[in-house]
Amino acid sequence: MLTLYARRRLINAIGLGISALAMLFGLLWLGWILWTLLANGLPQLSMAVLTQMTPPPNSAGGLLNAIAGSLMMTFLAALIGTPIGILAGTYLAEFGQRGWLAPTTRFINDVLLSAPSIVIGLFIYEMYVIKIGHFSGWAGALALSILVIPIVIRTTENMLRLVPNTLREAAAALGAPQWKVINLVTLRAARAGIITGVLLAVARISGETAPLLFTSLNNQFWSSDLNQPMANLPVVIFQFAMSPYQDWQSLAWAGALLITFSVLSLNIMARVLFRQKSTTY
Amino acid sequence: MSAEKTVTPKLVVRDLNFYYGAERALKDINLTITEKMVTAFIGPSGCGKSTMLRTFNRMYELYPKQKATGEVLLDGENILDKKQDLNTLRAKIGMVFQKPTPFPMSIYDNIAFGAKLYENLSRHDMDERVEWALRKAALWTEAKDKLKQSGTGLSGGQQQRLCIARAIAVKPQILLLDEPTSALDPISTAHIEKLIDELKAEFTIIIVTHNMQQAARVSDYTAYMYLGDLIEFGDTSTVFTNPKRKETEDYITGRFG
Repeated sequence: MLTLYARRRLINAIGLGISALAMLFGLLWLGWILWTLLANGLPQLSMAVLTQMTPPPNSAGGLLNAIAGSLMMTFLAALIGTPIGILAGTYLAEFGQRGWLAPTTRFINDVLLSAPSIVIGLFIYEMYVIKIGHFSGWAGALALSILVIPIVIRTTENMLRLVPNTLREAAAALGAPQWKVINLVTLRAARAGIITGVLLAVARISGETAPLLFTSLNNQFWSSDLNQPMANLPVVIFQFAMSPYQDWQSLAWAGALLITFSVLSLNIMARVLFRQKSTTY
Repeated sequence: MSAEKTVTPKLVVRDLNFYYGAERALKDINLTITEKMVTAFIGPSGCGKSTMLRTFNRMYELYPKQKATGEVLLDGENILDKKQDLNTLRAKIGMVFQKPTPFPMSIYDNIAFGAKLYENLSRHDMDERVEWALRKAALWTEAKDKLKQSGTGLSGGQQQRLCIARAIAVKPQILLLDEPTSALDPISTAHIEKLIDELKAEFTIIIVTHNMQQAARVSDYTAYMYLGDLIEFGDTSTVFTNPKRKETEDYITGRFG
């Protein structure tokens, strides 16, 4: 008996040990990345980064135009992608029991969800940039919105499916038509989860470089005209980090730090929101 | 216990069959539910009690592959007829489920939700309706100071009474209760049983229960079902003290099920 118990404890200890090591190994890289970012980026952060434009080589400047461009395009992409994603996700969860349309949509959405973002950039390049003849902020926002849509569809559907069927039945049992059941009860019950999904989608696109390379490209100067090429943090980081100029490299570190921490805080916000959800429903 | 009441048929079930896909869950059911009385359905799990209840408000239509044949006549009109408007039917036949199902909104809005669907009540009338429903459901004293708080914050027993209040706020003619106390503690259960006794003055009540003592306590009529068949149906006192069928006796004496 005792040997059996001792053996179980030993196996348990080994299993726990290996799991802990694996976790530490994973965390090590995250910690290392954050440390490197902080070590290299923090000294570069200054008011100038937030107030001045991207400079020519070998001169001082900031990232204001890139930050503003990123914010504008991300916001627009979320604005385009969120309603489409929520409506489509609602269709899949609430009407998707019968017929072929929902399973097909779900499958295509899964493909889109894992599509390489550079392909989406190329697609918008071909369909939009070539047609109008130049890179533009709109094209960037469009490419990003195509990344937003499948994420929001997926989370909306999943969150609505978590709403117990008895809640739908209870609302229907009062004589509520289906659109009222969905609008007033199920979407409301899934609200926190859906907002979390949108936040995660925004976090995802705010670091995307590939779809912007072919669409909004970059702009060394301030521009709020969405019909012109638009600066954005990921592409600026890409260009500046690859350059031989010390000033540009420093700014790239500062930009990388900014992006990482905004994505991190978006993720934390999403977590906090989702945790509150479990208390309301 | 029903001697002084006049006996009027409210719901007449004729040759009712129910199918989950190919599986036949109700077999040629015939029975009559009496107005302003409590009718209880008892029987072991999976024998069709809840299915029966769900045909009375056509709840099964939310799901593909479920269908009912036969007739269920509400005051002489067949509610299984496709021409019957589903939502107005459900406004006439309220339902309370096994697990409490408060909506993610305030207590007040939970109750106003159903009442708003078919009536255009002024703010004042709605306030009165909410109070009326909460008083009927014996929840007013506990809830009157937190009408703006979320309905999901109440205790299980309170949530279930909220659901009853929500169902009667629509002023239905029939109230379907699907094992309304199986998730509740004995005190909440006693609350709700007392409530059923009071509510039958105004509503026809049909209750599904696993608890035979409960059926004996609250109902005027009892139906014993087994594997989709209606085995016995009659006065509760007769069914419990002098059942006609051996199967019923075996079940209620606990020899089976």
